[in-house]
Amino acid sequence: MTSQDKPILLNGNQAIAWGARLARPKVVPVYPITPQTPVLEQLTEFQAQGTFDAEIVLPESEHSVMSACIPASLVGVRVFTATASQGLLLMHELLHYASGARAPIVMANVNRTVASPWAFWPDQTDSLAQRDTGWIQYYVESAQEALDTVIQAYRVAEEVLVPTMVNLDAFYVSHAVEPVQVPSQALVDAYLPAFAPLHRLDTENVESWGNVVTQDMFYRHRQALDEAMALVPELAEQADQEWLKRTGRSHGVVERYRCDGASTVIVTMGSMCGTARDAVDSMRAAGMSVGLVKVRLFRPLPTAALREALTGIEEVIVLDRNYSPGLGGVLHQELRAALYGTSVTPRIHGLLAGVGGVNVSVDKIIEFVNQAGMHEAQPESLWVR
Amino acid sequence: MIKIEVASDPMLCSGHAACPGCIDALSVRHVLAAMGPDTMAVIPPSCMAIIAGPQPMSSLRIPVYQPTLEASAAAATGLRRALNAQGKHDTQVIVLAGDGGTYDIGFQCLSSAAERNEDFLYFCLDNEGYMNTGAQKSSSTPHFARTGSTPAGKTSRKKNLTEIMAAHGVPYVATASAGHLPDLLRKVAKAKAMRGTRIISLLIPCMDGWGVADDDGLKTARYAVESGAYPLYEVEDGRNYTLNHTTKTRPIADYLALQRRYRHMQADDIETLQAEIDDGWETLQHRAAASRR
Repeated sequence: MTSQDKPILLNGNQAIAWGARLARPKVVPVYPITPQTPVLEQLTEFQAQGTFDAEIVLPESEHSVMSACIPASLVGVRVFTATASQGLLLMHELLHYASGARAPIVMANVNRTVASPWAFWPDQTDSLAQRDTGWIQYYVESAQEALDTVIQAYRVAEEVLVPTMVNLDAFYVSHAVEPVQVPSQALVDAYLPAFAPLHRLDTENVESWGNVVTQDMFYRHRQALDEAMALVPELAEQADQEWLKRTGRSHGVVERYRCDGASTVIVTMGSMCGTARDAVDSMRAAGMSVGLVKVRLFRPLPTAALREALTGIEEVIVLDRNYSPGLGGVLHQELRAALYGTSVTPRIHGLLAGVGGVNVSVDKIIEFVNQAGMHEAQPESLWVR
Repeated sequence: MIKIEVASDPMLCSGHAACPGCIDALSVRHVLAAMGPDTMAVIPPSCMAIIAGPQPMSSLRIPVYQPTLEASAAAATGLRRALNAQGKHDTQVIVLAGDGGTYDIGFQCLSSAAERNEDFLYFCLDNEGYMNTGAQKSSSTPHFARTGSTPAGKTSRKKNLTEIMAAHGVPYVATASAGHLPDLLRKVAKAKAMRGTRIISLLIPCMDGWGVADDDGLKTARYAVESGAYPLYEVEDGRNYTLNHTTKTRPIADYLALQRRYRHMQADDIETLQAEIDDGWETLQHRAAASRR
């Protein structure tokens, strides 16, 4: 059952704003930053039109944005925000605070290079540097997936009370216009139950948040967060399957594209998946047994699904559009860790491709695949372009 | 003798973790009694956060959200907007922050919230330094005061928060002190009845940080007002000044003599400080007079 016959043309930012509007958040603190600004402008425009009934707060910084998001969520209302790059980094302290407070905020982050030097290109280091902050992280490939994921994210976040980040690459997704199916409000309302947390800040039922705790309480608190995180891959899968039933669209948690009988797979996240699909199609047409594994849910890392997807694969080529100095590609190293000590032992080639927004073409990906087959896999990630 | 009615069912309960003689706890007890139970508090890291008690205890009978140190006004904004979204417009949101969390690290978001005229009542519990970390200087620490980070005495003057906040044009900015309790209670009641950003600074003499005898807190607070070191006044809509304690009856030396933090001062330093206070007092007189015209 799809809700609307004719798709409308939206870019990724607009699709995020539509997803937020349909999820009916009640408080939206937000601060503009390139390339996220159109999300903010679309939401304020919706509100000015009377189609978006939310308290929009426009503070002086992303730091105050996230500082306002957390207690608003603890009062028991749905909260949305969006940021990018430096803005996300400015929020860093509060990202930890939000997950500690178990505030199921949903935030879109447009992946952009981190200064210095200044740049405005697609690069996922901003959000990958937040991987230990206790947020669920999705990486999306298209405007349609961006809209769908914001709505799915609320369902997962509110079930486990963990904040959730929906990441979309600068420009390739945030500014690329494509036809997007916008589901009806009725469909989304039926999919997404009202947010009604058991514990909340309420003068009629007095509870507090943030008081100093003992070592033991802190330990148990972190253990509880771990238990919640462990539920996420399954819940994300269910949320996606339920979405499929209602809209006919599914994006998976780990998507396997043309992996049947593949001996080589490309593993990547975000907009690079679109280019990799074309490369896979070309190589399949040329008789090569190559597939794509798209990591859509990165935190928690869906290790069981990744091990399953890579069972029987000989060569894995990881394309990282990010760089962790002293480590290499974050996805490369996380994937190695996920498979280490298991019976799943492909050769894993980590390629630092597309760092800083450098273009990675279909031909380049084919070249990377061909070259990887000729070399032993190195434990370190390699700079390629 | 003035008889002051204090609610018998306190909102700040006994058994809290304040130091003996603490004016912070005393002041907040009166503030909360005046605010009543339909109130939610934001308390950043500060002496008040310690007084509020460790989990699962709380010395306050109202919900408390403890934000990060620099984020009180933004956190109060989040609470306020969420309560508005729930239709709970009558629930009061208050902040109980120290001067470090207000004058310094929390100043940016306070200025932004005041510019937006967010609807909350912000209390700055001003003990003129980082007392919770053992007394280091803040930008509220007065000229010449000795702290752990200014062992030879602070070389610059106290930031004038009241003037800065008044310049935002918010409905209400005031100074108050537990040493002048009827005035304090009147200001809390007045601010409670208003809407928009309201800011009340309370001078909190700190026994340990200032080097004041345990039973001298209120006397010190009174001397601060009587010497003009801490004038009691209100500014409405950024324009209308009212001086609440209209006379300056003590030399600053009387006030300084009560406190260990000023004990190193030489006579010429005291003269300099007296001149600064006289100057500030005169400016305030002019503003109050201009408001009456």
